[in-house]
Amino acid sequence: MTSGLGPGEVDEPLVRALTPSVIGVLVRRGADFAAAEDAVQDALLEAVRTWPPSPPRDPKAWLVAVAWRRFLDATRAEASRRRREERVEDEPPPGPGSPRDDTLQLYFLCAHPSLSPASAVALTLRAVGGLSTRQIAQAYLVPEATMAQRISRAKRTVSGVRFDQPGDVATVLRVLYLVFNEGYSGDVDLAAEAIRLTRQLAGTIDHPEVAGLLALMLLHHARRPARTAPDGSLVPLAEQDRDRWDVRRVAEGIAILQAALARDRLGEFQAQAAIAALHADARTAEETDWVQIVEWYDELVRLTGSPIARLNRAVALGEADGARAGLAALAELDPALPRYAAVAAHLHERDGDVAGAARLYAEAAHRAADLAERDHLTRQAARLNAGQPGRDGPGPARRRG
Amino acid sequence: MAKYLLLKHYRGGPEPRFDVPMDRWTEQEISDHVQYMSDFAARLESTGEYVDGQALSPAGTFVRYDGEGRPPVTDGPFAETKDLIAGWMVIDVDDYDRALELAGELSAAPGAGGKPLEEWLEIRPFLTQPPTVTP
Repeated sequence: MTSGLGPGEVDEPLVRALTPSVIGVLVRRGADFAAAEDAVQDALLEAVRTWPPSPPRDPKAWLVAVAWRRFLDATRAEASRRRREERVEDEPPPGPGSPRDDTLQLYFLCAHPSLSPASAVALTLRAVGGLSTRQIAQAYLVPEATMAQRISRAKRTVSGVRFDQPGDVATVLRVLYLVFNEGYSGDVDLAAEAIRLTRQLAGTIDHPEVAGLLALMLLHHARRPARTAPDGSLVPLAEQDRDRWDVRRVAEGIAILQAALARDRLGEFQAQAAIAALHADARTAEETDWVQIVEWYDELVRLTGSPIARLNRAVALGEADGARAGLAALAELDPALPRYAAVAAHLHERDGDVAGAARLYAEAAHRAADLAERDHLTRQAARLNAGQPGRDGPGPARRRG
Repeated sequence: MAKYLLLKHYRGGPEPRFDVPMDRWTEQEISDHVQYMSDFAARLESTGEYVDGQALSPAGTFVRYDGEGRPPVTDGPFAETKDLIAGWMVIDVDDYDRALELAGELSAAPGAGGKPLEEWLEIRPFLTQPPTVTP
């Protein structure tokens, strides 16, 4: 995210919030999606160049006018596309229409099932989020050329998709959650961006799972400041400084969740948000209502059948009914699951099996997919090994370099 | 979305199936091989899966700190057995299966006789996979 708004700067959040509805207007006027998206990106760049000295009174109208002119220029530039140009010129001027529906259609289009997850994410960030290709490339740590190709391929893939067909909300939510989980690198906070886009979606469509995802994101995001130490290392939930949780976000997340749950159309995001809410509600780790958390994991398993949900349920069960109960639940799961060893290590330690736990933490560290998590697990193994004999002996915990 | 390193080994990997040194290939065979590799990279760029790639000289040396002064440098007593990396490519793909598929294609680069080289490639995930949000 760029720095705050100062004199002579463009109101970037506003411009980005307007992006999907401007694209929607162009598409409704007859532009195909890819051309409309290009034209709007041009208009955004133009806005950055020309707004600071004299911002327009109606930013959206300005963006529509400039983007439409760009679109016509681009269309006219190609003689072979003359027929389409004539059709476009014949198009009646836009009526008031319904910009909200246009925005919703754009979400569906950008998360279209024909796109790979990576492409859907990139297209959503660009067309719905209004981010530049460079910003998206930086956030995903790939070259700008790679991201540009990813986006143009994605646009080609969906260019034949009709704009007026209803899409699948679940697909959109998955894409937004993927964006959220990327966290942040580069100058764009993707978690914050995902929250913004989900909020916008929630304002466009009345759906309990959209609300569930928004609540889930807010509740996770509220805990982010406490989740890592200043040096970037992980702080486990039980050790987090709960004063650093963002209580306003927690309160908002819980309120949104409660309204969603009241509608009695439970889905996986609401269930996950309910679990996050129970964690966020506890003043201390000891006050955590693990019994209720296990019940919500039961719901989640029922809804998704996800082995990851079962794994997390084993953790919760270990807290609610004791380590043995957790280990028994764990024994029914596939040891090849990601984080299986980490969960096993935790439960073995709680059960008093220090040597076994140390070995499992080391194994979990070897299998970690993320650097902060690997370092955290290695430290756990080291902590337990410090009290164990045989430090110099051979063992899986020993790592070269 | 996950990043993987595709590593091409000179030595240190499993025994290659076809082991004709490149200097015994015909010039055309070498050109075809090089062309295949660059087409592969270009195709990955067009799918938005390319991150980076470089070829490396086989002349690597081991270095370590040895107290104050110039560090010792050695090619060691293991010159014939040490793992040598010929080059690498970084890809950013949807999942592990796609990485496998691409490594398979890269391994099919033509070698002597124009047949797929069936070179062993190592796939290593980067430790940058976003953690699924945990409490």
